[in-house]
Amino acid sequence: MSNGQETSQETFAALEALKEHYSLPSLTFSVPRQVQGLVLPVVIAVVWEALAQTGILPANWLPAPSVVVATLLELLRGGELLGHIGVTLARVVSGFLIGALAATLLGGVTGSSPLVRRVLDPTLQALRSIPSMAWVPLFLLWLGIHESSKIALIAVGVFFPVYLNLLSGILTVDRKLLEVGQVFRLDRVQQVRRVILPAALPSYLVGLRSGLGLGWMFVVAAEIMGASRGLGFLMIDGQMTGRASVIIASIVLFALFGKLTDLVLERAAKGLLGQRGIEF
Amino acid sequence: MGLAGAHRAALDIRGLCKDFAVHGGRVTALQDINLTVRQGDFISIIGSSGCGKSTLLRIIAGLETDYQGDAEFEGERINGPGLERGVVFQEHRLFPWLTVRENVAFGLGGGRENSRGESVREHIDLVGLTGFEQAYPHQLSGGMAQRAAIARALVNRPQVLLLDEPFGALDALTKIQMQEEVLRIWRAEGATMVLVTHDIDEAVFLGDRVVIMSNRPGTIKRIIPVDLPRPRDRGSYEFTHLRSAIYAEFFRQEDKPFAYAI
Repeated sequence: MSNGQETSQETFAALEALKEHYSLPSLTFSVPRQVQGLVLPVVIAVVWEALAQTGILPANWLPAPSVVVATLLELLRGGELLGHIGVTLARVVSGFLIGALAATLLGGVTGSSPLVRRVLDPTLQALRSIPSMAWVPLFLLWLGIHESSKIALIAVGVFFPVYLNLLSGILTVDRKLLEVGQVFRLDRVQQVRRVILPAALPSYLVGLRSGLGLGWMFVVAAEIMGASRGLGFLMIDGQMTGRASVIIASIVLFALFGKLTDLVLERAAKGLLGQRGIEF
Repeated sequence: MGLAGAHRAALDIRGLCKDFAVHGGRVTALQDINLTVRQGDFISIIGSSGCGKSTLLRIIAGLETDYQGDAEFEGERINGPGLERGVVFQEHRLFPWLTVRENVAFGLGGGRENSRGESVREHIDLVGLTGFEQAYPHQLSGGMAQRAAIARALVNRPQVLLLDEPFGALDALTKIQMQEEVLRIWRAEGATMVLVTHDIDEAVFLGDRVVIMSNRPGTIKRIIPVDLPRPRDRGSYEFTHLRSAIYAEFFRQEDKPFAYAI
């Protein structure tokens, strides 16, 4: 297997060299590989800015990037922005922790015990088919309009991807590795702890990352539906007061913080899986 | 161990049969297998794919317990794996999240302190992986990974080492090198070796006896003793003669001329 990989890498390198050799003298100015992904967004921003400046785009619909940046700075100076960011982050993080913890416990138990799986999994799968937004009225009724209902909604969103990925990670553990455990006479508990859980880790981490993504999605929903603070509230505020730049600024912040929190998980995953030679 | 011990049967298999349920019917994988392996013996089991040779090894390993007839290890019926029987599989089956040292120490039970143990260091050294203790499996070549797997199987000092086509996935040169390593390890450890292979050359080079199995149902067709001194010269007359004799066993069994097979 590793031989095959080496060979394909060699072939790839050879092809690259050929390309290099035969490539036509190009008109493109060379862009370092690492920042090639930034080219398109920059072009879009420049064109957008130009269209907005010349008045082709109506400023009240789609304000220029420079206006969005100005709005961000203005909000920041006003002192309210950090508060909104903090509130939203706190909701996502606590919802994520609660949802992921519950999913880890339940996924671990259902994965490890066929009996528990037969009893519990069908019910959880049935609950999964309820569109998560359908919980909103019930959560509002039970938990009120304040933090708890929002965090509960986020936790529900985070729960399912984590649960499903952990469970499938456990159930698809290579039978051949389990046999090695058998050969060394591991009992059920040791088999779980020393073979099954480490083997399921990559899938579990994928679950955590998609859970976090859903967590961000649900925080927007929760804050749009009724909040007096947070980035979602800021968007609604922008909509109510007719300031598109505020809405776009909030979108940018959501993207930024979503990416940052994902980066934290990605780094953690790399730390845990790098030794296995898995690209994450 | 005295002379008496050296001739005691480590493995005693009598009238062993095994069948599998396939599509509602039953397929016989092994039929009436009789084989005695003495302590310290090196047995090669050879057969074409699907002849049940791996199933036989899995029964000895205790990974298949649903069989008919007798399969005894040290006088006791085999009904599960045991630490006295080490197994090396065709794929190295190392745990990708453990280093070479931790993989080798796996069989000693949990706890990191075990991975510093004497037996671990000794066996890593035996298979020639000293200096690679901290490497992870994906950093090893196929041959090195298989060496680590052999060290892992040996770390509990098993009385029998069961090798299931262990070099089948290696290139020809590495394979020859590994065969010589296995002989050296066999002498160093004094364990009984049972090797399953489809490589005639390998079977003759390693075994005290070559057990030839035939297909559907899997039966033992012949057992050929290899009375050649070691190290064996693969080019010698006796060696090539034995090899052709075993070759002939297979193509007679096919019951059609060689040319047809191409």
